[in-house]
Amino acid sequence: MALPQAKQDALSARIAGLSLQRDGWLGAARGEALARLTAMGLPVRRDEYWRYTDPASLTAVEAPKAAVFDSSDESPVFDGIDRLKIVFVDGVFDAAASDDLSLAGVEIERLAKAGGADIHWARDVYGVLEARGQKPVERPLAALNSAFATDGVLIRVTGRAARPVSLVYVHNSDSSDAILHHCVKLEAGAEITVLENGPAAARFSKVMEVEVAEGARFHHIRAQGRDHERRAVTHIFARLGAGALFKSFTLTANGVLTRNEAVIELAGDEAVAHVAGAAVGDGSFHHDDTVFVTHAAERCESRQVFKKVLKNGAVGVFQGKILVKPGAQKTDGYQISQSLLLDEDSQFLAKPELEIYADDVKCSHGSTSGAIDETALFYLRSRGVPMRVAQSLLVLAFLAEAIAEIEDEAIAEDIRSRLEGWLARHEH
Amino acid sequence: MLRIENLHVKLEEEDKQILKGVDLSIGAGEVHAIMGPNGSGKSTLSYVLSGRDGYEVTAGSATLDGEELLEMEPEERAASGLFLAFQYPVEIPGVGNMTFLRTAVNAQRKARGEEEMSAGDFLKVVREKAKKLKIDAEMLKRPVNVGFSGGEKKRNEILQMAMLEPKMCILDETDSGLDVDAMKLVSDGVNALRDEGRSFLVITHYQRLLDHIRPDVVHIMANGRIIKTGGPELALEVEHNGYADLLAEVQ
Ligand SMILES: Nc1ncnc2c1ncn2[C@@H]1O[C@H](COP(=O)(O)OP(=O)(O)O)[C@@H](O)[C@H]1O
Ligand SMILES: [Mg+2]
Repeated sequence: MALPQAKQDALSARIAGLSLQRDGWLGAARGEALARLTAMGLPVRRDEYWRYTDPASLTAVEAPKAAVFDSSDESPVFDGIDRLKIVFVDGVFDAAASDDLSLAGVEIERLAKAGGADIHWARDVYGVLEARGQKPVERPLAALNSAFATDGVLIRVTGRAARPVSLVYVHNSDSSDAILHHCVKLEAGAEITVLENGPAAARFSKVMEVEVAEGARFHHIRAQGRDHERRAVTHIFARLGAGALFKSFTLTANGVLTRNEAVIELAGDEAVAHVAGAAVGDGSFHHDDTVFVTHAAERCESRQVFKKVLKNGAVGVFQGKILVKPGAQKTDGYQISQSLLLDEDSQFLAKPELEIYADDVKCSHGSTSGAIDETALFYLRSRGVPMRVAQSLLVLAFLAEAIAEIEDEAIAEDIRSRLEGWLARHEH
Repeated sequence: MLRIENLHVKLEEEDKQILKGVDLSIGAGEVHAIMGPNGSGKSTLSYVLSGRDGYEVTAGSATLDGEELLEMEPEERAASGLFLAFQYPVEIPGVGNMTFLRTAVNAQRKARGEEEMSAGDFLKVVREKAKKLKIDAEMLKRPVNVGFSGGEKKRNEILQMAMLEPKMCILDETDSGLDVDAMKLVSDGVNALRDEGRSFLVITHYQRLLDHIRPDVVHIMANGRIIKTGGPELALEVEHNGYADLLAEVQ
């Protein structure tokens, strides 16, 4: 079906300045991604999937400017964690700031370098999981990313990674427009933690595809940086084999626009996938978590835990779906999305969905929106806890269920202290 | 210690007068009890003293060692030594009981310019005090009051009181919902804190709590006023005859 002319024009304009690398295995994958994109066109506000979030600034030819933010009043996140650092500045790999890409149990390569080869393991992942994730809902911005990503990392995990791989995204130019694409493949029984942090660019598009083979364990924790004006659209596509584990947690503090999509397929029996997010926004902040979990095998467990703290007109969006395919018996699916509105100007829009085609399943979902519990606040204060500390305790308590999804206690503590810092800086 | 004069309080949201001129004076080291029918304003008095929102003081004053309480924030009142054991202790999911206690103790110390308690010292003290109240380690780890039985909640209030060492303790129906053994534990906890520098205001419906915690003075409250004040024998009189005679006497 041909796209309407306006959509064709918008797409042509958007991609006119982007260059398509045609070489090697990657070139082929990019060509296919472009074909997908051309068939879909760019998203518009009228699309059902973009009802609550206007994609205009994400699809515009030029990235809206975003001032570089000085966050030096706080030590960088994950600083205390022993990790292998890979740094991108405005989407460009920074060799000097990065560690040597060698790690026991792991092969790490840069996409820009490995893409030209004729054959590569990543050929079975790059654009492949993204393409699977285009059904039943189209995600054109992910296809655009697969076609035009300028760099990224390819991580193959064969054993137990000796330490986390940490992707650090530095924002250094107020007009940068970065497109990165990562692939992670965990072989059977392997285990790795991938950390991501930083605002990356004025506008950032990022896709991460994660293939988790039988019994492998993938942990992902990211902190999206404190820049107020940056925009980001990110996708994580994951496919899990039998008995595999996938755990992803995202902290978002600030950012004028963020759309985080997670598309997860439980393809092997007894796989477990947990996705969680804690977002805190003050003022000009629009945060959208869009999650799609497909249960395609038996006895799998999935959890979606998304919490948002909003004030001064901040907007939170949650679109979360659990799809249980025919035959996916004994599915255990859980989804909760909650917002804590610190004033009456803020807004939370939630669309939780369950679609179930198997009869022996346990699925629950809930969504709530509320103010801080005044009775609890008074109780704390009556014990001598100052107002600000009491509020901060209650906000952290509200976020606790999401933070609990981080297995590593040191990382969880780091995330908690970021939130405490944010709360201290954004007092009433 | 605590001096309440001509206290008039109405609800902020409605035009409803609840306290209609309460006068009450408690000296250092004294234990006073307030009894009275349901709805007479006992809890309101305790909330107004501790600074809860929703009430408007239309006249009168309340001072703690000469300082005007009604002008202070709730946390300032607490740091000045006021403590209210709630009739209905509040559940706070996501906040650990231990974190709550330590935050409270150290916040009060800080407000008074004292040194904070180290994590080690705190743990030692809290364990010892919890043990006396038969509060186990598990309960200390759980979120504040979440999943606690009625009796556990009340014992937890007394633990907080023991940790915070306030000088003016108000206990609002701390005995309600307690069985005989729990009542004994709670009373022992309170009695252990009795001291010449510490005063108590015990709100209760029942004489039996006052068998354990012997009051110096008993007040009867009805319809927003103290209608009668006497010695411990007044509590016995209420126990035997109810409030009807007293109310009739006033009218
Ligand atoms: N927040 C409130 N909203 C409405 N009515 C209230 C509120 N607080 C107290 N009252 C009313 O004030 C009166 C006194 O209540 P309370 O102080 O709880 O009495 P007591 O503790 O003596 O039983 C009752 O009539 C009660 O319904
Ligand atoms: Mg009461």
